[in-house]
Amino acid sequence: MDNLLNVFIKSAFIENMVLAYFIGMCSFLAVSKSVKTAIGLGAAVIFVLALTVPINWVISELILGPNGIFKTDLTFLRFILFIASIAASVQLVEMAVEKYSPSLYNALGIFLPLITVNCAILGAALFMVARSYNFSESVVYGIGSGVGWALAIVAMAAIREKIRYSNVPAPLRGLGIAFILTGLMGMAFMALMGINPATYMQ
Amino acid sequence: MAETMTKEVKEKEELEWFGPKERKLITDPLNDDNPVTVQILGVCSALAVTTMVKPALIMAVSVTLVTGFSNLVISLMRNGIPKQIRMIVQLVVIAFLVTVVEQVLKAYSYPVWKQLSVFIGLIITNCIVMGRLEAYAMANPPWRSFLDGIGNGAGYGFILIVISVIREFFGRGAILGFKILGATDEFLLNTTKHWWLSWYQPNGLMVLPASAIFLVGIIIWIQRARNPKLVDIS
Repeated sequence: MDNLLNVFIKSAFIENMVLAYFIGMCSFLAVSKSVKTAIGLGAAVIFVLALTVPINWVISELILGPNGIFKTDLTFLRFILFIASIAASVQLVEMAVEKYSPSLYNALGIFLPLITVNCAILGAALFMVARSYNFSESVVYGIGSGVGWALAIVAMAAIREKIRYSNVPAPLRGLGIAFILTGLMGMAFMALMGINPATYMQ
Repeated sequence: MAETMTKEVKEKEELEWFGPKERKLITDPLNDDNPVTVQILGVCSALAVTTMVKPALIMAVSVTLVTGFSNLVISLMRNGIPKQIRMIVQLVVIAFLVTVVEQVLKAYSYPVWKQLSVFIGLIITNCIVMGRLEAYAMANPPWRSFLDGIGNGAGYGFILIVISVIREFFGRGAILGFKILGATDEFLLNTTKHWWLSWYQPNGLMVLPASAIFLVGIIIWIQRARNPKLVDIS
């Protein structure tokens, strides 16, 4: 249990997808203009990550791994199968949500197809393999990194809503200041692990 | 039938190997149409690999190859792809190319493969690749699409290399692992031995990932200050 809590805290805060690794930046910058849409996309990302990371764990252990059903090392097929499973599960989620909860579908609708190409989803699956998590850890890791991503995008959207009232130099307006804000937020998040450049020195 | 004939003839007249339009396809992404700083595509996997020049260089070459060839393949297939499933077709083509790149790197340059780890895989969801497929290759002939892919890959690589040179030089006093400025005898210029350099300290911020984001922000600032057309009014 301690271990699972550890994985959750680590994935949500210390090794936050956006602010520590800068993964998932495209949609992070594009959709962080208002808090409302940011919450919608954040919720959709949590949902999809909680679903796809365990699915990809099953794929990589039971199908591609040397102890899987084919008894051979098929890890070179990882990328194709991961991206296919992500695209398929996003499609399924979209259809299920549309059928059973039209109001949620209206709230998330536009963002769901965008999520397939969000680097954070594939990134989480690849990190899950690189860190050799077991099944329960990968479930928690999926939820945790989703929560971390959602937290970051909502915070960013809130800052960008406020910054519209301040006098930013014209060439820096919009994208430029968004980058610098992300950098500052990344540095603030780094306080969670203590600023220690030696860990990045390898 | 006649219509397609005239269309083909017209297409042939317009197509050249290296006409002015083709050259523009390569040079525009390097400056005014840069994928990273203007189109905001592909920042995702870029910034974590720029602490040193060598992995950035390899990443730049891999991305350029993947964008070029995926544009070429999709452009060749563009009339046969049904609209509804085009995303999955594109993803499979990209994933295949990235797998080839990954296996080649793993075979010939294992330490770099280890260092780049998940970031090679993340080329698949790098928005530049998908973005160019959707915006260009789905509607243009193969040779031009190929050039557009190479140009955009190069524009991305250019930013990556600029950032990594700054980060490696100021963070570690080296470029491509060649040690230039530092406090021990390993370096070309030993700062402790020259009184006029004894103030020099490597900048620890440059080693942290946040510095890459600041540098991109500053590059955007400089570029937009020089070219007011690009300024974001929203």
